[in-house]
Amino acid sequence: MEFIGGKLLQVVIALAIFAAIIGLLMLLVDRAPKSAKDKVTVIGFLAPAAILLLVGLVYPAAQTSFLAFTDSGGKLNGVDNFVWMFTQPEALATLRNTVIWTILVPLLSTVFGLAYAVFIDKARGEKVLKALVFMPMAISFVGAGIIWKLVYDYRGPGIEQTGVLNALRVALGLDPKQFLLDAPGNTIFLIIVMVWIQTGFAMVILSAAIKGVPAEIVEAARLDGANPWQQFRNVTIPGIRGSLVVVLTTITIATLKVFDIVRTMTAGNYDTSVVANEMYTQAFRAGEPGRGAALALILFILVLPIVIYNARVLRQQKEIR
Amino acid sequence: MTVMPAPDEAAKNTRTATKAKSGGRPVDPEDTGPIMRRVKNRLTSRWATAAAVIIAVIWTIPTFGLLVSSVRPAAKQVGPRSDGWWNFFSDWDFTFKNYVDVTAAAGSQSANLSQYFVNSLAIVVPVTVFVLVLASMAAYIFAWGNFRGREAGFIFVFALQIIPLQMALIPLLQLFTQVLQIPPGSYTQLWIAHTIFGLPLGIFLLHNFISEIPGEVIEAAKVDGAGHTTIFWRIILPLSVPALASLAIFQFLWVWNDLLVALVFSGGTADVAPITQRLAEISGTRGNRDYLNPAAAFVSIIVPLAVFFGLQRYFVRGLMAGGLKG
Repeated sequence: MEFIGGKLLQVVIALAIFAAIIGLLMLLVDRAPKSAKDKVTVIGFLAPAAILLLVGLVYPAAQTSFLAFTDSGGKLNGVDNFVWMFTQPEALATLRNTVIWTILVPLLSTVFGLAYAVFIDKARGEKVLKALVFMPMAISFVGAGIIWKLVYDYRGPGIEQTGVLNALRVALGLDPKQFLLDAPGNTIFLIIVMVWIQTGFAMVILSAAIKGVPAEIVEAARLDGANPWQQFRNVTIPGIRGSLVVVLTTITIATLKVFDIVRTMTAGNYDTSVVANEMYTQAFRAGEPGRGAALALILFILVLPIVIYNARVLRQQKEIR
Repeated sequence: MTVMPAPDEAAKNTRTATKAKSGGRPVDPEDTGPIMRRVKNRLTSRWATAAAVIIAVIWTIPTFGLLVSSVRPAAKQVGPRSDGWWNFFSDWDFTFKNYVDVTAAAGSQSANLSQYFVNSLAIVVPVTVFVLVLASMAAYIFAWGNFRGREAGFIFVFALQIIPLQMALIPLLQLFTQVLQIPPGSYTQLWIAHTIFGLPLGIFLLHNFISEIPGEVIEAAKVDGAGHTTIFWRIILPLSVPALASLAIFQFLWVWNDLLVALVFSGGTADVAPITQRLAEISGTRGNRDYLNPAAAFVSIIVPLAVFFGLQRYFVRGLMAGGLKG
């Protein structure tokens, strides 16, 4: 356990340096002459975050936008990287997979989450049931990848199966299946992992929204002769519209950036790569920073409209309230 | 994103609660009267419960399978005598050896997991402190400072949230290694990178909360002669504890569960790499130590699970608030 000492020392030194910097800033702000006090205060409180953000986020983002138009040697090559992206079969497969992910994950997660939220709303033991489905949200994508590799585990026919799904297949008289190897089905099996994680998020937010729909309105609809489905369709759904939008957009953004699941389970092989994974592979493994940057730029352009739409909806909701 | 409770909202809640008690008319949906309870009971459907239980079981089986596998002996997991984890309930062959091997096996060719576990802690704790302090300082000035361009500056920081961190990785790595020459084999790159990526969301969330603090509180302190530093440390921070707690938990989990930033900035050695990176590594290679994977995975998810079950309320708030992060 001798390694702990050195690591602890690093942490303590880092925290001490940080405390010293902050202490010095506070001292400067306090001791500033009256005439310049306001200015010094603003600068002192804002400078650390501002410098970090400008140097670590704004400048790199601009630099990446530029890199997207260069080749592996750093020379400008026009739109070659984008031509590569939209013509090469393996790059096209990456884009196709990303589209499948961003359609299926938000849709399935929200549908499952909403259905589950409705079920537990009327069930006993709501808290426990909620926690069980929400739990995957706490697990890292890497951990989830290992958990699901176990579920999809494959052994040749005739041997005892160790994966739940293949054991079920054998019990039903089918041949065991290599879930993660055969395209295009394998992308679907990776998507299931993400749905497994995100359903809990959708469920918690939608469950809170459903409880916010006034019971009197639901009761009134019932007295007017609406059956449960009509109550749900015409009263509950309009009542939680805002939350539905937030859930869908949030999961869409998370899905666009999904990296860890693909990386852990197939590393993007067997035609399962997505944009975020390919970006990493090209930039840091294949020595093609230009292509990686182009993929990052595409990711940014895909995320942008969703975030703007989301911010709009949130602002409208605020104004209504 | 707007789920963080405003300070006066919390006060309002306590007020309604007292009103309900004294007035006798239930306002709170949890505190239902007899009529409401009867309605609720009628709505409680056996089918809904059954459907919910089935879904909950399906959702739990994968994690449960991992837990069971992690306590089965090696021979049962790999090799000719291996079988599915559910057979555990007929053979009851239990061992704790996997956990010992994975965390404390000294002298084996690969570094044991406790090193990486410590790395994760050593990365996540300073980052959380850095983000909380720097973000609350900036949020305070954006909320209560008096300078030109305050609104525009805040909107700019808010807008930074939309930059996927993929956009920053390549140039930031070049900056660290070529310009700043930060030596590899230390946590410094990871600390700085994670802090930068955590700031936009942190500033935004804390600003929402800090700007709702009543202005009279700050005015009163100013009249008493307190400067900005005193107001910030003695008044703003103590009042912001609920928001700080949510942000801390979210930041903690985000950094603990991260893989991408670690892959780019850690260099992958046992000196620096966090547990997620090690886990991705060992699960990506097939070898004679495969039977340790479930135990290793469980060691890594035990911390977030503890946070989840222990602090579920803050956890939910943090997650909702952090939906856009990444």
